[in-house]
Amino acid sequence: MANKPLPLSNLAVGTKGKVESILIDGLLRRRLLDLGVVPGSVIEVVRVSPNGDPTAYLIKGALIGLRENEAKHILVHPI
Amino acid sequence: MVSINNQLSEKKVTEKEIVVALAGNPNTGKSTIFNALTGLKQHTGNWPGKTVSYARGNYVHRGKSFVLVDLPGTYSLLANSIDELIARDFICFAKPDVTIVVTDATNLIRNLNLALQIMEATNNVVVAINLLDEAERKGIIVNIDKLSEKLGLPVVGTVARNQMGLNRLKDTIDDIVTKKIVTNPLKIHYPPEIEQKIQEMTPELENILKGELNPRWVALRILEGDKTLIDSIKQYLVYKEIDIKGEVALCH
Ligand SMILES: Nc1nc2c(ncn2[C@@H]2O[C@H](COP(=O)(O)OP(=O)(O)O)[C@@H](O)[C@H]2O)c(=O)[nH]1
Ligand SMILES: [Mg+2]
Repeated sequence: MANKPLPLSNLAVGTKGKVESILIDGLLRRRLLDLGVVPGSVIEVVRVSPNGDPTAYLIKGALIGLRENEAKHILVHPI
Repeated sequence: MVSINNQLSEKKVTEKEIVVALAGNPNTGKSTIFNALTGLKQHTGNWPGKTVSYARGNYVHRGKSFVLVDLPGTYSLLANSIDELIARDFICFAKPDVTIVVTDATNLIRNLNLALQIMEATNNVVVAINLLDEAERKGIIVNIDKLSEKLGLPVVGTVARNQMGLNRLKDTIDDIVTKKIVTNPLKIHYPPEIEQKIQEMTPELENILKGELNPRWVALRILEGDKTLIDSIKQYLVYKEIDIKGEVALCH
């Protein structure tokens, strides 16, 4: 993984990323961990809602909606 | 807010009734287990004042009557959403005799995360490892005994769709009720600075909670900044005080 990690919110629909880290603390971090966003998890960008936010992600077999201001704290390696 | 006190008080309606809650991530087979156990003896509707659906049913096992409540599926017990709030409040304030955490055998990492949270709030837990057929198809083998040993809880493997393991599950629930099985849930140890804070908060929390809630668990939620728990404590434990003085049968 030589490529630089980027925020999950920058990934295009249909692409996937592998979680490197979560850049935020507190309740939001906890919520993301609970949803299965842990280092090493593979997340696929499934679709963006009509008004651009939230975006639906496939995380460990479940479709989960994250807002841009949530997804931007997740650093992923595009795969 | 009248809230879920009606459900919470159900336990008191008939003293003999044993209340069992089904908790777990969405799509783990909670409703399948609920339907298999209760058959047609169900009441469905919404949680009072909420758009979240509610299902309660009865089953008889070993000559005893059990009330089964199908809680909303959640990824956490931190009250991020109305579903989580309902699940958390039911587990913490209605205090079911047993909580079944239904897990997806193909996705234990996320499922056991919720199990650990529930185990912090209550001791009376049985973990059902469901979808074992799917796991087998994917080449995943779950060492049930080892997991049980590590978690300090009974763990039952199930394929709810084929009713496999459900008798064992019912036996285990009853064994917890009769204390034939005594659980000793794995305790998560946090970094020293957090453990230190928990220690500092515990005496006062013990005073306030009077055995109603686990002080360690409440301390962790407060440290996390979860304000919804404080609201719920005010709501349900204040009602409890009224309950002691008057005859209104509310939570617990
Ligand atoms: N293969 C398989 N499917 C199951 C099993 N248990 C439940 N299901 C299926 O999984 C899906 C979700 O089940 P459900 O009970 O609605 O999950 P809930 O969201 O936890 O209530 C349904 O299609 C069930 O038929 C099982 O043990 N094996
Ligand atoms: Mg269900």
